[in-house]
Amino acid sequence: MGEQAMGAAIEASLFVLMIALAIVIARLRSLFAAAMLFGIFSLLAAGMQTMMDAVDVAFTEAAVGAGISTVLFLGALGLTTSSETRPLHHRVAGLVVVTATGLLLAYGTLDMPAYGDPNAPIHRHVAPHYLVDSDAEIGIPNVVTSVLASYRGYDTYGETTVVLTAAVGAILLLGGFLGRAPSKDDDPASESRDGDGEGA
Amino acid sequence: MSDSADDLAGRTPIKMRVRETIILRIVGKALVPFILLFALYVQFHGDYGPGGGFQAGVIFAAGLILHALIFGLDALREKVPPIVVEIGIALGALLYAGVGVVSMLMGGEFLHYGMLDTHDMAHGQHLGILLVELGVGITVTFVMVAIFYAFAGRSRQ
Repeated sequence: MGEQAMGAAIEASLFVLMIALAIVIARLRSLFAAAMLFGIFSLLAAGMQTMMDAVDVAFTEAAVGAGISTVLFLGALGLTTSSETRPLHHRVAGLVVVTATGLLLAYGTLDMPAYGDPNAPIHRHVAPHYLVDSDAEIGIPNVVTSVLASYRGYDTYGETTVVLTAAVGAILLLGGFLGRAPSKDDDPASESRDGDGEGA
Repeated sequence: MSDSADDLAGRTPIKMRVRETIILRIVGKALVPFILLFALYVQFHGDYGPGGGFQAGVIFAAGLILHALIFGLDALREKVPPIVVEIGIALGALLYAGVGVVSMLMGGEFLHYGMLDTHDMAHGQHLGILLVELGVGITVTFVMVAIFYAFAGRSRQ
């Protein structure tokens, strides 16, 4: 009973829990409970990513998925009803589409290299260079940071801009300027034009 | 269930019941400074361990949002006014781009941090990474707070 069997057992139980949780969330009508369970789902996903040694990703998943999105879901819930209305049409069509897409994706993974395969294309391109030379070129121990901030600095700059754009979009769409609650007769045009002189 | 959801639907939805529950208030209050400190650790220790600007920003924002959940939206808005959030959103991205422009002025390509230190390329890389990660952290923190403000401050229509 080595460490590997232990890891496999933990991964399997995380997987089973995630699948069970996904089914429960899909069947729930109470949006409040669904928002909470989404947070737990993210936490399990973070556990899974930790098991796969993707600690940086797990970190983000836990903070964004389990933390901030839950709060944003709750904030959004305050603006809508607390339970989902029953759909008018059949849900069978949805089930078929979801199952077909899932099977298609699973079929697609058959072509992918095995998890952790050292001969996978991604490990044979620039990765060896990063792993071997980043200590001399960049001089910091965490290669992930070296890649994200320096070798792939453009991409990270682009991502920062995307995050900034998300905030601008949220501010423009969600009423007035950073939560100065707009009064009901405000039209959207005046909200986006200028932040001052509106709201209660 | 529907009771607590109705509370959420009030004018300031984030007030919730946390404000009236003394145990949650005290425990949450004690947690906030540690969350903020941990965010700073993640920010500045990203060169050596897991984490970096994005994670740190999200954790810092989570600490601030927890503060708002405990003391109410207005309490947080007093400490982190919307104008600070607005400036912060742009400031981080500007810092990132600024590092790129400075490395161009020093004779390298855009975002070539090695040029920041003419004597020691690796030291320049170190400095550049520290600064751009700080920029990412600042932008992400304030973006998360901005989105939270936008959601939480909006009344039901």
